[in-house]
Amino acid sequence: MSDKTLSTEQAEFQAFCRAWLAENKPAPHSTPLPQAAYEVTDPSHLIYLTEWQAKCYEAGLIASDLPKNYGGHGMTGCQQIASTEVRAAGVPYFINWIGLGMAVPTLLECGTEAQKETFLPPIFSAEHIWCQGFSEPGAGSDLASLQASAVKEGDQWVINGSKVWTSLGHFAQYMLLLARQDKSDKYGGITYFLAPMDQPGITVKPIHKMTGESGFNEVFLDNAIVGDHLRVGNVGDGWKVAMATLTSERGAGVGVGAVAGESPMLVMEQVIQLAKDTRRNGRRVWDDPVWRDRIVKVYERTEASLYNGRRARIKELNGGAMRIPLQGKLTGSEISQSLHQIALGILGLKSSLYVGDENAPANGKWPLGYMNTYTGTISGGSSEIQRNILGERVLGLAKSK
Amino acid sequence: MTTPKDFGFNDDINMLKDTYAKFLLEQKTIEALRPSLSGTEDPYHGAPRQAFFDTQNWQKTVELGMHAVAIPEAQGGIGMGLVAATAIAEEIGRSALPTPLSNNLIATFLLRAADTQPAQQLLEEMAEGISVGLALYGEDGSLEADSTDVQARDGKLVGTAWYVTDAQKCDILIVAAQTQDGIDLFRVNRLDATVTVNPDRIVDLTRDQAGVTFASSDAASLTENGQGAKCLNDALPALLTLTAADIAGAAEWQLQATADYAKVRQQFERPIGFFQAVKHPIVDMMIAIDETRSLVYQAAAAFDFDPDDAARCAHLAKSSASDTAEFCANRSTQLHGGIGFTWEADVQVYHKRQMHSQFMFGDGIWQREKLADLL
Repeated sequence: MSDKTLSTEQAEFQAFCRAWLAENKPAPHSTPLPQAAYEVTDPSHLIYLTEWQAKCYEAGLIASDLPKNYGGHGMTGCQQIASTEVRAAGVPYFINWIGLGMAVPTLLECGTEAQKETFLPPIFSAEHIWCQGFSEPGAGSDLASLQASAVKEGDQWVINGSKVWTSLGHFAQYMLLLARQDKSDKYGGITYFLAPMDQPGITVKPIHKMTGESGFNEVFLDNAIVGDHLRVGNVGDGWKVAMATLTSERGAGVGVGAVAGESPMLVMEQVIQLAKDTRRNGRRVWDDPVWRDRIVKVYERTEASLYNGRRARIKELNGGAMRIPLQGKLTGSEISQSLHQIALGILGLKSSLYVGDENAPANGKWPLGYMNTYTGTISGGSSEIQRNILGERVLGLAKSK
Repeated sequence: MTTPKDFGFNDDINMLKDTYAKFLLEQKTIEALRPSLSGTEDPYHGAPRQAFFDTQNWQKTVELGMHAVAIPEAQGGIGMGLVAATAIAEEIGRSALPTPLSNNLIATFLLRAADTQPAQQLLEEMAEGISVGLALYGEDGSLEADSTDVQARDGKLVGTAWYVTDAQKCDILIVAAQTQDGIDLFRVNRLDATVTVNPDRIVDLTRDQAGVTFASSDAASLTENGQGAKCLNDALPALLTLTAADIAGAAEWQLQATADYAKVRQQFERPIGFFQAVKHPIVDMMIAIDETRSLVYQAAAAFDFDPDDAARCAHLAKSSASDTAEFCANRSTQLHGGIGFTWEADVQVYHKRQMHSQFMFGDGIWQREKLADLL
C-alpha cells in the first residue's frame, strides 16, 4: 500500500471500516476476556469471539485482498487499512490467530489449489480453529530435532509422538503438524501436514503456565491418521514449508487480519502515570532521579521502535530490507518485559497482589502481564535464536548451527 | 504538525548524502590522519600532537558546497534544513573525519537562531568558506552550553573559554560571554594577537581541542541584551541532533568493522562470529545503532517540520546516541581482542572519537533528565 495517498476504493473502504466498527463493536462479555487469544479456555468466550470474528469476516475486514475463490473479498490494498482500523477500534481480538497468522500464509505460499479452496474460508470465519504442532518436549530452539514420526500406509500417514506448547489445542479442529518421515536426515526428513484434531489417535492435555493460566497444551499423537491429500509440499520439504509459517509468526509475512492488543506506547503511558501516582520517600516515584532515568530509557527505546517502523520502509535509509523487520519481535518483547519490570518496581510490595485480590492494582494486570512477557521472549524462536538469525542473515556471521 | 514519512529525506538530500559519502571514502580519512600521529603515541615522553587539519579536504568540501547546505539562500547558502545537515554529519562520523565542518554546521544553526544582522553577515562569510569554532564552555565543562567564564566589557572579551573543539581549524570563534544583561554571543578573530590558543592533550585523535584565552580581545556582538542564552537554547536541538548523527555514523563503522573481523578471525578452527558470545553482542550493537539512527532522523525532521516537538526528539536522539557511543566503542574493542587494544588498529581511533562525542552537549543521563521534564 502506498504511504502517501489512498485510492478512491481505499478511502471509501476506510470510511466504511470506521463506521462499521463503531456500529458493530460488541458489548463486553459478562466475564472478562483473558489478555490474549492464546489464553482463552472458557467455552462461552470461544462462542463470543467466534461470532465476532465471523461478523468481521462477513463485513470484509478479514481476507479483504484475497481472491473470491479462496473465500476472500477480492479488493486491492485494503487489508492493511482494515487491520489498522481494527487495532484502533478497541474491539476484541480475533480468536483464530494461528489460523489467520500462520495457516493462511503457509497455505497461500505452499498449499495446493484444493487445499486453499477447502481450508481458507473456514479459517476466516473461525468455523475451524487452528493450532500449531511444531515444538516437542525435546525440540524447542533446535526445532529440527523433532522426533514425532510419520509412516506412510497406503494413501494415509500414521503419526506417533507428542507436541507441546500447543495454544488453542483444546478448541482446534486442525493442527499445522511437523513430523519426521526419515530419521537419517535432520532437515530433509521432515514433512508438513494439516492434521484433523477430532480423532481417537489425538489426546489434548492442558499445561498450566507460571501465571496459572492454561491456554496451551501437550498433545499426544498415538497412531493418529492424516490423509496424504493433507500434506503441504513434497515429502521431506517440511522444514522449508515451516520457514514460511515462522516468517509470518515473526511479523514479516503477509497479513490477513489484525490481532488486536495494547500498543507499547499505551503501556508506556500507563507506566509513566503509575510513577506519577505512586509516592515513596515523601515524593512521587517520578521525581526520583534513579526511577526517572530508568523509565525514560525505556521510553526512548519505545519511541525508537516507532520510528524504526517508519525507517524500515525507506530503502535509502534502512540498511537493507530485512535489517529492521527481523529485529521487531526481539526488541518488542524485550521492551515490553522491561516496562513490566519497571511497573512492578514502582508498585513495590503492592505488586504481590495478584488477579482476584480485591486490593490488587488494575486487578493484578502488572504481575500477570510481566509473567506473560516471557511468551514474547521465548516463543516463536527465543530471543537468543533471534540474535542468531540477525547475526547470520543480516550481518553475514558464520551460522552457529 | 507531523513529520514527513520519509523524515524529509528527499531525492536532493539522498543524493547529497551519497555524494559526500563517496567523496569521504575516496579520501581514505584514517590513512590521511595516520602520519600526523606518528611519534605522538607515548603520553609520557611523546611529542605533543599537532592539530591535524587536511586543508585540501576542507577546500574540496567547500567546493562540493557541504559547508553551506543549511546557510540560507539570502546569505549565499543552499538553504536546506537540519535534515540535510544531519545527513552530512552522519557521514563525517562514519569517516571519523577531522574537520571544521562539524562546528560550521552547528554554528549555522546558532547564527540562524540569533537572526541578527551581524549573525547574517557571518553566515555570508561562512558561505564563502570561512570556518568557525565554538567557545561556549567554562572550566567545569558544564553540560549546559552557556557556562562561560568569559566576560564582555565595552566590546572587549576577557577570560578563558574551555574545551574549544577544533580550535586550530577555525578562522573565527563564536564566544559565549557574560555581559551586564546575561549571556551574549560574540565573534572574535582567532588569529588576533590578544587571543591565545593553548592546545589540550586530549584522548580523541580526530579532533583538536584547546583552552582559548582572551586578553582584552576585540569582539563584535552577534546577539544583544542577553539574548545569547535564548539563542543557544533555540539551537540546542540542532546541536544535539548533529552530534548524535556523528555518533550514529561512527557506530555503524564500528559495527561493520567488528562484523568483518568476526568473519575472518579464526579461533578453535572457526571464525569467531560462529560463537554466540561474540555474535550476540555484535547484534546488540546493530540494535542500538538502529534505534539511534531512527531517533536522529526523527529529531532532524522535527526541527525542520514540527518545531514544537524538536526539543523532545533531540533529547531522545542524543540520549540514545550517547549510550550507543559508549556501548559500540566498548564492544568493538573487546570483540577485536588483543589487536583492538593496539594503536595500529583503526577501532581505537573510532573508540576515542565516540568517547569524546558521548559527552558533548550532555551524556545520556543528562538528556533523560531533560526529557523527563517534558513528559
